[in-house]
Amino acid sequence: MATDIVLRVENVSKRFARGEMHDSLRDFIPSVFAKIAGRSRASATAKNEFWALRDVSFELNRGEAFGIIGANGAGKSTILKLITGIMRPTTGTIEVNGRLSALIEVGAGFHPDLTGRENIYLNGTILGMTRAEIDRKFDAIVEFSGLADFIDTPVKRYSTGMYARLGFSVAAHVDPDILIVDEVLSVGDIVFQNRCIEKMNSIIRGGATVIFVSHNLRAIAELCPRSILLEHGQIASAGPSQEVLKAYLESSSAQGRRSLSSHLFIASTKIRSAHLENVAFDSGEKIWLDVGVECTGESEPFSVVLFVNDDRQYQVFHTSTEYLGYPAVSLKAGERFSCTFELDLNLAGGTFYFGVLLYRFNVEKTLDRLFPAVTIFVNTLAEVRGVLNPHPKITAFGSPVEIESTNEATKR
Amino acid sequence: MRGALEELVDRRDLLYMIAWREIKIRYKQSVMGFMWAILLPAVIVTAGIVVRYGMSAMSGKQLSGQEIAGITVKGLVWAFFAGSLRFSSTSLIGNPNLVTKIYMPREIFPVAAILSQLLDFGVAAGLVFVVFLVTRLGAGSWQLLWVPLLLAIVIALATGWALLLSAACLFFRDVKYLVEVVITFAIFITPVFYNVEMFQKWANLLMLNPLAPLIEGLEKCIVYGSAPNLPWVAYSAAVALASLLAGFYFFKKWEPGFAESI
Repeated sequence: MATDIVLRVENVSKRFARGEMHDSLRDFIPSVFAKIAGRSRASATAKNEFWALRDVSFELNRGEAFGIIGANGAGKSTILKLITGIMRPTTGTIEVNGRLSALIEVGAGFHPDLTGRENIYLNGTILGMTRAEIDRKFDAIVEFSGLADFIDTPVKRYSTGMYARLGFSVAAHVDPDILIVDEVLSVGDIVFQNRCIEKMNSIIRGGATVIFVSHNLRAIAELCPRSILLEHGQIASAGPSQEVLKAYLESSSAQGRRSLSSHLFIASTKIRSAHLENVAFDSGEKIWLDVGVECTGESEPFSVVLFVNDDRQYQVFHTSTEYLGYPAVSLKAGERFSCTFELDLNLAGGTFYFGVLLYRFNVEKTLDRLFPAVTIFVNTLAEVRGVLNPHPKITAFGSPVEIESTNEATKR
Repeated sequence: MRGALEELVDRRDLLYMIAWREIKIRYKQSVMGFMWAILLPAVIVTAGIVVRYGMSAMSGKQLSGQEIAGITVKGLVWAFFAGSLRFSSTSLIGNPNLVTKIYMPREIFPVAAILSQLLDFGVAAGLVFVVFLVTRLGAGSWQLLWVPLLLAIVIALATGWALLLSAACLFFRDVKYLVEVVITFAIFITPVFYNVEMFQKWANLLMLNPLAPLIEGLEKCIVYGSAPNLPWVAYSAAVALASLLAGFYFFKKWEPGFAESI
């Protein structure tokens, strides 16, 4: 049904001028004269242009949650700015049916000297509500933010977290047909982040369409059934989020290497489960990581260190050939060394980054480093939250028992 | 143009809040509060009286109460007009966050700047009205009916120019300084401290300034109870309408480039 499409992006491209254009009349007027005199600088400007987006097309149905992922500078923010109308595409068309609300930056439009109450009204009208509407929702907004005690304090005295909470609370109460969320979940504490995700879930259940842009791959996987991956302004992958995430992880693991020693380097890293090379695994699976090391000259004795970080770059664990009882290795020019780490993947669902170091333990010297060597995505079937999956099981005896209290005061 | 106006009406609550913010911040940050509304016009009026006193001392004529009343009326209108242009021209570049992060009809910023100046003007005008009532300066005649029309033309003129200047300031950073300089010296080619009649055959040249017929007209109907110079008022109205149309047209034409140029 054609009426069910709330957003249609068709062959959209966006060109930017690199660097400063004519920022002042002082520069602009001489350049106009130069143009009249025939000294064209067209070739110079063509070089200074770049395409932030090229030929991007997608459609969104009513009630759909849609993820956009990509590395920094891939064009994620640009596409959002085009959809919201902040900028206009160089070519192509964007069609929006319905009220659109964007959370591109939480609390944009807050004024530090105004109180929380005043900023709710200011920010609310900026996001498209009427004052009467805010009057009605005011109590709900304050309650969600949890800032009732500070509502008449100027927001310049707020902490960053409080600022973000108030901003998200206002935006979440706009009741838009289309909600655009860009990286807002990276602010605030864990408790509030979870509440944001819950709120977004309830907005989605309420029938709104949500576009979610984030580096938080876990949140994308949880919230959005369908995604696109942007790479250098083009759609590199589109479809079910799991597949798009896989494509993203594969492309990002190809980057990020830097050799520290001129002779010794990590030549290859491969991760596989039951001899299939993969990047998405089930929690609890057995996996193997192959590391290949090459040498171009006389090498120092080294061990191979493997470490794993979670999506907040907290190190989950590390191990090494040395810890595992394998002696340090020295290589001569042209020689290779390879080893395989076997791991039980007792990790909870999410994104994990594997890093590899060539390390000389006795002098504490890093010879080569590759991070992220491999990025993987872990799926959990069981209900575990966190980083670890110790495969919990539940055993319960008897029926629910009412415990009688003898002390009246503790009852309440 | 019609679309732009519809959008503006549609988002009137936002316009109200942005204007309210301007006012609130200005009065919150200063101890003087509403004194600000009086200060600038008072300075201009005082300067005008000093200049006129000097002129009358040289020509040997006494400075009349009506002349002082005239300078007060004109100084007030000038303060509003200059303040409107000054604040609206920086209204877009003063809100980079809102211009680049959220979509809204951007003409709200210059228009809100004018609304907040209008409030200051209202406060000062109310005070002057009371003073005129008490001192029995000013003519309570039917000619006062011209006042709303003349003020409306002043506001339209300010709005048209404000739209153009706010956009120009965004694209070219030095326009801001240019506006300052022009406003500072424009008071000399606008009949605020003097009347155009003093220049006899050059009077018409001064009337080409579209603000001149309006200011002179306001003085005439408020202080002297006579009708404004209608052909010249019509000329001002035409310039104001053209400015308003051009302002909206070009503002809307340039608007898509705001976010990437700011």
